[in-house]
Amino acid sequence: MSDTNTIISPENLIYKKTDVLLDNTMHYCPGCSHGTVHKLIAEVIDELGIQETTIGIAPVGCSVLAYNYIDIDWQEAAHGRAPALATAVKRLMPEKNVFSYQGDGDLAAIGTAETIHACNRGENIVMIFINNGIYGMTGGQMAPTTLPGMPASTCPAGRDVSHDGAPIKISELLAQLPGTCYVTRQAVHTAANVRKAKKAIRKAFENQQANKGTSLIEVVSTCNSGWKMSPVQANKWMEEHMFSYYPLGDLKDE
Amino acid sequence: MKELKLMKGNEAIAHAAIRYGVDGYFGYPITPQSEVMETLMAEKPWDTTGMVVLQAESEVASINMVYGGAGCGKRVMTSSSSPGVSLMQEGLTYLAGSELPCVVVNVVRGGPGLGTIQPAQSDYFQAVKGGGHGDYKLITLAPASVQEMADFVEDAFELAFKYRNPVMILSDGIIGQMMEKVELKEFKPRWTPEYIEENFPWATTGKKKGQERRIITSVELDPYVMEDFNYRLQAKYKACEENEVRYEKIMCDDAEYLLVAYGSSARICQKSVEIAREKGIKVGMLRPITLYPFPEKQLKDLAAQVKGILSVEMSAGQMIEDIKLAVECKIPVQHYGRLGGIIHSPGEVIEALEQKIIGG
Repeated sequence: MSDTNTIISPENLIYKKTDVLLDNTMHYCPGCSHGTVHKLIAEVIDELGIQETTIGIAPVGCSVLAYNYIDIDWQEAAHGRAPALATAVKRLMPEKNVFSYQGDGDLAAIGTAETIHACNRGENIVMIFINNGIYGMTGGQMAPTTLPGMPASTCPAGRDVSHDGAPIKISELLAQLPGTCYVTRQAVHTAANVRKAKKAIRKAFENQQANKGTSLIEVVSTCNSGWKMSPVQANKWMEEHMFSYYPLGDLKDE
Repeated sequence: MKELKLMKGNEAIAHAAIRYGVDGYFGYPITPQSEVMETLMAEKPWDTTGMVVLQAESEVASINMVYGGAGCGKRVMTSSSSPGVSLMQEGLTYLAGSELPCVVVNVVRGGPGLGTIQPAQSDYFQAVKGGGHGDYKLITLAPASVQEMADFVEDAFELAFKYRNPVMILSDGIIGQMMEKVELKEFKPRWTPEYIEENFPWATTGKKKGQERRIITSVELDPYVMEDFNYRLQAKYKACEENEVRYEKIMCDDAEYLLVAYGSSARICQKSVEIAREKGIKVGMLRPITLYPFPEKQLKDLAAQVKGILSVEMSAGQMIEDIKLAVECKIPVQHYGRLGGIIHSPGEVIEALEQKIIGG
């Protein structure tokens, strides 16, 4: 039996964590999608060689501390305002790569105006949108994207569409705007989906470099703690319920 | 090249911003200050200095665009009027909490609510006491002429970068709309990326090799660290209070009575002083130019000399609280001011002085 040192010798190296992803222990719950998406963004930044020119805009929500994990310059926005920050950063420094990272409450509730108008102006930025259908950080309240009948702490009997309205399909809405060049819906719960999601993130950054307008990547995600499920159950529930309301695939690619 | 022009206060703000080398203006239309963005759009500074001018979807968005730009070490500003500035309070507390420099112009109109488009000075509390949540302050400059509207753009940016804090130019609908001659300063070049890199080690301009990443944030989950940050913030404000007080004294040397007024009320009171002096009443005026930091010491000194103070402000009485604190209630202090967009006359001020202070 070969010893560990032989196994991890450089010539046997087939995978290495990108240095753009920091070694800080993530605060996310086991099974949460944030960590995977963070890693994909870090890998894309590494592969495109844009670590020195990328500025991230972090949201309010579980990923408020995203700046602890990806080794680039960051600005932390007020809840929902990331697209406004990104707009100014990009307009004042057009040669930089700018992306916002936002959850569903941030992007599709409190920041709806900032989201729609940044997309409508065709701001040359990337928006990463984590849709897990719930407010994770504040403890599992109803989100604008909570599914009909899905329980949350502020709708314990499940979302009542007659009372709360239907969950908003914000990506479909944004795809209608001339300013967006690429709107896609992805997931990261299987290896195949992770690969597709990474491709989409890479394409979004390439669109920015080609001055094509706003690229939005929605990642349909799980929130095991908020959903009160195990990671495996959450993935299954997402496949069975979330994907039928939020079907995966490109909504726009110009 | 310097130029002498006749223009509105709002227009002077726009021209001064371009000439000073401001990098970005983000705004949303609201009366009585829309000429600021209109002038900028007509001047097209993006073709000359490279300044970015953008009409945002709301004041909430414009102040957050200011946050984004300020975080990159750029000189960025916005302007609005009272209801719009109320919407900006969230952004302002985040800017102060993240220690970002910027300039916000408030061309105040009467409130509360949608109020009126006529001038008022009823946003004093909001400007000098913070306005948003948390223990922070806005350095607040109060121009009393179109010339000062122009000059204070530069002064405000200098203070903003010196203290890494938002600075408010608290104007009002009179100063914004009235036309006066103004000397515009010569054009200065905008800061280069190299200059920003050298001078602002906190600015998010992209993490260079071998450099720590830079983070602009106001969140801190460890309460002890947060407390330390708050103490540091307060120390900064204390330094500002010690070093940045600005004021103007008019005919105070032999004054027996004192008017305290800023902005357009100071212009009106200047006339009141003249008329009162002709009537043989020895009145002087202290005009605070910085409302925060407030000229406390100067007032305390004057309180040992005069018999009473009339605070004149187009409000129900806001600045009077700071005057009372400064003079420690050792002499009578009263308030006079018209409300809701009505402007007091010099004569009304004298009547109020006679009734409330001299006769009181």
